[in-house]
Amino acid sequence: MGDVGQLNRAEAIELLTTMWTIRRFEEAVDDLFARGLLHGTMHLSIGQEASATGAIAALDQGDYITSTHRGHGHCIAKGADVTLMLAELLGKESGYCRGRGGSMHIADLDAGNLGANGIVAGSIPIAAGAALALKQRGSDRVVVCFFGDGAANEGAFHEALNMAAIWKLPVIFICENNHYGMSMAWTKAVAIDRLSRRADAYGFPGVTIDGNDVIAVKEEAGRAVERARSGEGPTLIECLTYRHKGHSKSDQNLYRTREEIKEWRDKDPTQRFARVAIDAGLFDAATADRIAEEAKHTISRAIEEARSGPDPTLVGIENETYA
Amino acid sequence: MPEARSITYGEAIREALDDAMASDESVFLMGEDIGVYGGAFGVTTGLLEKYGEDRVRDTPISEIGIVGIAVGAALVGMRPVAEMQFSDFTANAMDQLCNQAAKLHFMYGGKAQVPLVLRAPTGSGTGAAAQHSQSIESWLANVPGLKIVMPSNAADAKGLLTAAIADPNPVVFLEHKLLYKTKGEVRNESYGGGLGRAAVAHEGRDISIVCWSAMVSKALAAAGSLKDQGIDAEVIDVRTLRPLDRSTIIGSVSKTGRLLVVHESPLTGGFGGEIAATVTESDAFDFLEAPVKRLAGLETPIPYNPELEKGVVPQEEDIVKAAVEIMTG
Repeated sequence: MGDVGQLNRAEAIELLTTMWTIRRFEEAVDDLFARGLLHGTMHLSIGQEASATGAIAALDQGDYITSTHRGHGHCIAKGADVTLMLAELLGKESGYCRGRGGSMHIADLDAGNLGANGIVAGSIPIAAGAALALKQRGSDRVVVCFFGDGAANEGAFHEALNMAAIWKLPVIFICENNHYGMSMAWTKAVAIDRLSRRADAYGFPGVTIDGNDVIAVKEEAGRAVERARSGEGPTLIECLTYRHKGHSKSDQNLYRTREEIKEWRDKDPTQRFARVAIDAGLFDAATADRIAEEAKHTISRAIEEARSGPDPTLVGIENETYA
Repeated sequence: MPEARSITYGEAIREALDDAMASDESVFLMGEDIGVYGGAFGVTTGLLEKYGEDRVRDTPISEIGIVGIAVGAALVGMRPVAEMQFSDFTANAMDQLCNQAAKLHFMYGGKAQVPLVLRAPTGSGTGAAAQHSQSIESWLANVPGLKIVMPSNAADAKGLLTAAIADPNPVVFLEHKLLYKTKGEVRNESYGGGLGRAAVAHEGRDISIVCWSAMVSKALAAAGSLKDQGIDAEVIDVRTLRPLDRSTIIGSVSKTGRLLVVHESPLTGGFGGEIAATVTESDAFDFLEAPVKRLAGLETPIPYNPELEKGVVPQEEDIVKAAVEIMTG
């Protein structure tokens, strides 16, 4: 685990609250889907909460993120209103994207979330572009770009990381290596032992860390943010993690074993962090339990409110295509 | 009235870029070899010296990166003007153009804006063969969220590019390579007005020839020949395929009763079908005195041999022949 000593009580409570809010959000939408109350598809990040939470905890307000198809956690960690997120998943007019985007396309531009993206690696050049704009304007803001192990094999990854390198752009590339690109094991998709080694080829630092350790993620991201803010350019951080659930709602889990899933459940980032924080005296067990319980209530209340929101209509929809 | 000057299409584009950069700090250029080299067709010559490396940004050969970075910069308030060295290379960047730039405004519920311009030299006639000569407008015309501009002359090149840069949406600005050195009258006053208005390039009563880009000058020349044969052709320059100025086209055909659509890209699935359908679905149908006709590129990639290259896209004499056939039924 990372150094718990660097956290104060408020920070520790915030980290745990964020991780539990993400977990409860996704458990709830999984349940809504199972009960037929939510349509379409979605990609759950249950088990991966530490990378979203830790990386975004290293940012200031005013910094930006780009996200992925598995983006609920990034969105919540960047301060999104869960009621508006749920309304979006329910296809409501009151949702973040007025029901036009759904789970894979939530953006919260006011909070600095430049959007989730349904195209694997689609947001990597976009993150570099936002970073270029910030640098060109002389801003000290930075961009955190989330993507998965699958995205690291797209051409967009290569082009964007190279361009970020030559122009020393203030962007932090967070590769959430959850071990599978849909069904393909990442170890079968590449011939190297760590995706972070790719950074060498572009000429900036790359590091692989325990992505289920929220403190380690926050520490490493913090160093990368510092580097980016001071004009030294990008960093690639590979966070080793795991999704407990399938790729999307159609996944039969044929490509991995129960043992493997159990092994990773034992490394659950919420409980691991809670134990460490309790041992360090940052809060007690009762507080940890209360946080998990309150997050559940927060989401339940949000679902009720979101479900009562208005449905969109087709009226004037063609006028929405252009700004 | 400010004086009109005769400058080339390429110079007109450069002036529009220069004016936009001078008046708006958020406008910047990026693309392959646009700096010292001045771009593959010399359009950006001199702008590096004036605006520096940050605002005239040479990029690696990375079309996904060029368009994607433009999208990201636009999302946070810049107005990037990115250059594809040849429009054919847009194929490399299709995700960023069609899945990202075109969709983000709608998909994010109206909060995001992507005010970028993608400039791209297009079309055949330079002996550059199949992968450096095609016309890609029909690929992109079926993508809601993009605007598509294809100027046919220097004045429009300046005016429409100025409007494209000011537009809050992604605009693909296709510049025909054969037009770069053609001269035209350009006024000194600033250009404005939005995109989406066709022009009547030449008035006539007997037949409407609807076209864009390099086909306009060929159609105008054809109109001259047709005049000698007693046929009074009207030439409509579509200028922007998206948004399409349907009413100007419908109005013209309602007047002339005959329609010939001419474009360089292949016939099947080409934008000429959209123009023909626009007319036949409208009240202009009642005025038609002959079947509508499309004259387009042959169903091949652009060949290398100069005679073959010329032969696969409509030329002035083909337009004359097609118009006469329509007139004589």
